[in-house]
Order: sequence, then structure tokens, then C-alpha cells
Amino acid sequence: MANPALHIALAGNPNCGKTTLFNLITGANGYVGNWPGVTVEKKEAPLSRDKGVIITDLPGIYSLSPYSPEERVSRDYLMGGEPDVVIQMVDATNLERNLYLALQVIETGLPVVVALNMADLVEKNGDKINVAALEKSLGCPVVMISALKNDGVDALLTAARKAADKAKGGAAKAPRHSFDRSIEDVLTQIEGLVPAKVDQNKRRYYAVKLFERDAEATAELKLSHDAAARVEELVSSCERDCDDDAESIITAERYGLIAHIIDECLHRAPERMSTSEKIDRIVTNRWLGLPIFAIIMFGVYYLAISTFGTAMTDWVNDNLFGDGWEFFGSAVPSIPALFEGWLSAAGASDLVISLVCDGIVAGVGAVLGFIPQMFVLFVLLSFLEDCGYMARVAFVMDRVFRRFGLSGKSFIPMLVSTGCGVPGVLATKTIENEKDRRMTVMTTTFIPCGAKLPVIALVMGALIGDAESTWIAPLFYFLGVFAVIVSGIMLKKTRLFAGRPTPFVMELPAYHMPALRSWALHVWERVSAYVKKAFTIIFASTIVVWFLSSFGMFEGSFGYLPSMEGIPEEFTDYSLLATVAGAVSWIFSPLGFDSWQATAMSVTGLVAKENVMSTAASLLHLVDATETDPSLWAAFAALFPSAGAIAAFGAFNLLCAPCFAAMGTIRAQMNSAKWTAVALGYECGFAWVVGLMINQFYLAASGVFSVWTIVAAAFAVAIVFQLLRPMPHYAWDDASASGAEASAAATN
Amino acid sequence: MKSLADVKVGESATVVKLHGEGALRRHLMDLGLIKGTPFKVVKVAPLGDPVEITVRGYELSIRKEEASIVEVA
Repeated sequence: MANPALHIALAGNPNCGKTTLFNLITGANGYVGNWPGVTVEKKEAPLSRDKGVIITDLPGIYSLSPYSPEERVSRDYLMGGEPDVVIQMVDATNLERNLYLALQVIETGLPVVVALNMADLVEKNGDKINVAALEKSLGCPVVMISALKNDGVDALLTAARKAADKAKGGAAKAPRHSFDRSIEDVLTQIEGLVPAKVDQNKRRYYAVKLFERDAEATAELKLSHDAAARVEELVSSCERDCDDDAESIITAERYGLIAHIIDECLHRAPERMSTSEKIDRIVTNRWLGLPIFAIIMFGVYYLAISTFGTAMTDWVNDNLFGDGWEFFGSAVPSIPALFEGWLSAAGASDLVISLVCDGIVAGVGAVLGFIPQMFVLFVLLSFLEDCGYMARVAFVMDRVFRRFGLSGKSFIPMLVSTGCGVPGVLATKTIENEKDRRMTVMTTTFIPCGAKLPVIALVMGALIGDAESTWIAPLFYFLGVFAVIVSGIMLKKTRLFAGRPTPFVMELPAYHMPALRSWALHVWERVSAYVKKAFTIIFASTIVVWFLSSFGMFEGSFGYLPSMEGIPEEFTDYSLLATVAGAVSWIFSPLGFDSWQATAMSVTGLVAKENVMSTAASLLHLVDATETDPSLWAAFAALFPSAGAIAAFGAFNLLCAPCFAAMGTIRAQMNSAKWTAVALGYECGFAWVVGLMINQFYLAASGVFSVWTIVAAAFAVAIVFQLLRPMPHYAWDDASASGAEASAAATN
Repeated sequence: MKSLADVKVGESATVVKLHGEGALRRHLMDLGLIKGTPFKVVKVAPLGDPVEITVRGYELSIRKEEASIVEVA
């Protein structure tokens, strides 16, 4: 490398434009993972123009307090010694609150360069920011930039490099901001008690943390018993003098300092109502809020599912993967036909042609056909998210979701999951609270995704001979939401999720037109997650399914069944798939799946829901049939002893763990093997129980009873009990609650 | 005690004290709701909760339950 690696940390409030800047300067092709031990996203990438510079994007936070995982990883990273310089993003339209974090970051003693973003918007409002005065007050370089318009970014990076060089040369002394005299006196005394080994520039940070009784920072310092007692004595006495607690004192001092800085640096124009406020007066209006939300969502699905997106998807399925198409009057064969032609011409055996055409192309094609629909859906949803509307949706919907232990923010992943569960699970990243996020990850895939629609059509066709009525799809979305609600209420009362409802305190960012670049990137992230699924998991699983259903034992010899001597037309009965599915079908027999075919469909459905239809078609020897074909409905229905069993099959397949790709995403999001097992186990268990109840109650209604009737009834009673019982008290819950009351009483 | 949750839509008030302890209290303070901070309740969500307030020049949405730890005058 030409120059030694320079580590730049990017810090800032949520919605301050940090991600836009990160994407701009790194070209957005970095490493995305989790911070060690937590499910907080970690993004790291080299600068596009100089690979020796590594940018680390810290989570969007408001403070360096020790309470949230986001704040803790940010603190640990800043104090851990890796970053050479911090670029602190400050949203100029909201200087006061943004400077609160900036002051804390400057306090860490690291070299800091402040990037004053959206300064152009401030000037448009008529306000004036005096950059020189701000630099002087903060004690560090301030660079005006517009991440959206790519203005001033070069100057910012130059300033960051200069600040890092200066610090490496040992020339820099970290700036200090003075609080009130009486507080400063106490802080100076505490700083004297900080162990001598702590770097000169970091002593102030630790002094303030000790004052705040920050448990983590205190533990890091390993103070002697005497020193700790002395600190406590100083802090308590200061608290008595100020008649306030330590945390409040420091917060008030910081905001006091900021008020002073703003007086000197910001010249405010007379207040007017901003465009954002005008929009909000209508969009989140008490009476219009819900209808507007319903209209917008209807519009999104009308475009993506009903008209535009589906038209494109149908075209792809019917032409590219179907009968071929016409291009300016000349016939172009379909992709499967092309492959078949090439392979025959090359002299490939029937076996290879079957593998490629029946296995891979058919399987992967079924998934790729959904891309246009996904694309339209994600273009619209990403726009709503990036422009700030989704935060309003969370505001409008919170009341509904809180009732079953989630917050308004859980709604966004569920909306995305109607397209595909993989980006849906990824969208849970915006939920800060860990319990809420885990619960949302566990339940969001109950919402029917695009791949489950053919399963719904097949089941409804077999049940009522109708797969196209307009009420069917909404009914299943409703059932999905119902499963989410029931699960939310039940899980909330278990030990894993118990506790006070998580606070919902959320900034409503000003509306803005998203940067085309970020918007496109957002869509690309989601569509590519889906495409990746097609070419990895589904690609591999179609080969496995093809192998299992084409090979097997016939008359004592193992081999490729279709080419075996004397084999009947319906050779799948002899296939490995029949053997495997037969071996596990006892699990499903209480649900009424008496045939191994139904079990095989469910098992391949665990790999990918697209497989349910394709497995059905191949096992029923109706390879060209689609889910809307009555002959397939009849053959499918004949696999089951009763309508109850068909319904149970539908319920199990719609509710169980979605597909390998989504399972992999759940694993990545949970960042824990235990939580992944809990999520997948719950989904499959819940699906099985629902299927069991449907089948057994159907049988009981027609006068058939067995041991399983009792089991199903027991499950039903247990579910009702868990839904209705009051919130149980767990030991630690009581302890923390009474502790909180005691200290509240003490401070009153 | 009058809390933030009792302030009617369109009315302004000033923070007197934050009750309770721990993460929520600190979070509200970090967001700028400290003793002496003026704010205005701008609107309430269609289903009656949460409320939206303007504080320190930005919009914050907060559930009435959480707002009840904020004593106001």
C-alpha cells in the first residue's frame, strides 16, 4: 500500500445524511456485517479514491450514553483505539440536537472534523450559519457539505486527513468545552482521580462518565476502592448542591453550552411553516391519516401486484419461460426451449437435458419471473421509506401494533415481506429495540410473500374450485396478520420477551426528496437479495429435488428411473423422494397428509415455497399444469382424505419457516444460533399446531375422534389461555420495577 | 402532577422534571427534553396515541405512556 491505512469513523444522528455520504465516498461496495456480539449493523468500506483509507459507518445515534447497543458499540469503537479521526456529521437544519452528540464525540479526545450537512437548505430558509465562529466554539474544523449534491466532500476528506496527521505528530491537544464553574471544579477533581495510565486527551471523557455514574466506563477504569468512594462523595455533594441528579446536570450543561454556541453562530430568520409541516398537517391528520395511508398502500399494490408489475411478470413467465415470444415480428423461442435445443444439438443425454430443463431452468425461472413484480414493489416502498413517509406510518400505526407487543416500526418489514421475506427480514434493521426486532424477525414471514401466492391458489382451487376471486388474496393477507397478532400476544408473555413495553420515542424526520443514488441503491439491495436467492439456494435445491425425484430403486436396482427397463409411467412412486418423504410422513399424519406426496411438497416447500407448486406438478405428472388448472386441483385434492386436511396443508405451508434463503437471512439478522433456532422452531411448531387443529376439528365436526382430537383441543386451550392470561411477573422484572419505584421515590 | 401526556393538542408547555430512571429517562434527556425546555404538542395520531411534539426545532413522536414521566408546567 502506498500510504499507511487511515481509519475514519463516521458518526452522527439518525437521518443526518450519514448513509448518503458513506455511499458517496465509498461507492457503497463495502463490508456489511454486525458489530461483535450484537445485531447492530456494521458497515465498513475503503474510500473509492484511496483504498488505504477505511471508512467505518457508526450507527445513527443521539448520544454516547450506555443504554442502547447502538450507543455502546459506537463508544467502544471510538475509545478502542482504531479510528485516527472522526467525521462528525451535523444536520445544519437541526443544529441544536445534532451538536449534542458532536460535543460528546469531541469530548472523547479523538481528532474530529465536523461536516455541516444540508447547509444549503438552511440558507434557503433564510438562516445564516457563521462557520468561522462555529469552528472557534467547537475547537475543531467545520466543513460545509451537501452529501446529496456532492458539494464540499473533497474538502472534508482533506480536512480529516490533515487532522489525523496533526494528531499523529502529537501536536494536537483536544479542545475542551467548559461547563458551569461549580461543575468544572468537581470534574477537575474527578479527573485527578482517573488513573495516570489514561491518555491525556481521554481524561476529560472519563471524568464526565464517572460523574454520570456510567457503570461501563467505571468498570473499564478499574478505580481503587478509595478513589471510587471519593468520586461518589464528590458527585453526591454536587447533586445536593444542584438539587438534581448527575445525568440531568451533565445533560443540562451540554444543552446550555449549545444554546450559547448557537447564539453566536446561527442567525435565525423569522419562523415560517416549512413545507414538511404543511405536508404533515394533511398526511398525519387525525381524520385523514388512516384513509391516506390506506390509499397509498392500495396504490402501491395496485401498481406492483395487480397491474404493472404482474403484467411484466406474466410476460416473463408466459414468454421467456413459456411459449417463446415475438421480437419485431420474428419468433424467439423461450429460454427452456433454447436450452433444450442447445443441449440436444450438443448431443447431451436425456439425463442432462432433464436436469437442466426440468430441474434448473424450471426452478430458477419460477423465481426469476417474480423479479419485475418485486422491482416495482421495492421501487415504491423504498421511495416511501427514504422520503420520510414510513416514519409517519409507524406514527399512525403504533397504537395498533403496541397492543400485541410490537411497535409501529414493525409494520415496514411486514409490508416488504408481502413481496419477499428476505428483504422483509433485512428491513427489521430499522427497529432499534432488540426484543422488538427479534419478535418482528420471527413473525414477519407469516405474511404471505409472492412465492406463497401459487400455494394459496392451489389450495383454494382444490377446496372451492376457485383461485381467482378478488377476495382470496386479501383473506390470506388477513390470516397472515392474524398469525402475527396471535404470536405477538403469546410470545410477549413468555420469558424470552417479557418486560415493559419498549418505549416508542421517535424523531419524525422532515420530508425530503430522496437522492436518486440512495434510492436506487436501496432498491438494488433488496432486488439483489432476491436474485441471489434464485441463483444460490433455489438453484441448488432444484437440483436436489430433481435428483431425489428422478432417481430411486426399481426392482432391486438403483438408477435414473425414466430410463429404466419396464418402469411404469408413474415412476415417482419408486423415487428417493418417495422414500424420504415416506420416512417423515408420520410427523404430518395428524395433520391429515396421508400421502407421501403431500409430505414431499411440504418438505421441498421448506427449501423454497416456489417448490410446492413445481413439486406438485411433477409428482402429479401434470408437468405443464399451473396452479390455476382444474385438472391439477382435482389430482391435488385426491391426495388428501378430507377438505380439512387440504386446509391444514395450506395453513402449514403458509406459516412454517419460509425458505432456506429467508432462514439464512434470519440467521444473519439474529446473529445467534440460539435465536435462529427459537425463530425457526416457533414458526414450524406454530404452523404444525394450526394445521393439526384445523384437521382435527374438521374431523371432530364430522364425528371422527382420536387421541389427536384431544391433543388438538389441549393446544387450543393452551393458546387461548396464553392469549387471555394477564402479563405474568418474572423475578427480575419485579426486582427492576421495585428498584425503579424506590429510586423514583428517593428523587421525589 | 401534570405530565406531557396531559397537554392538549395545540398547547405549549415547559418541562419541569423527568421522573423514573434508566434508559428511557436518559433517552428523553438526550433528545433535549430537560428542565426548562419549552415544547408544543402538534398533533395526536389518528388512533389517539402517540402524540407529536415540536421541541428544539424538530418533530418528536412519543407515546402517552412514555410522555407521562415528563412533568410539565
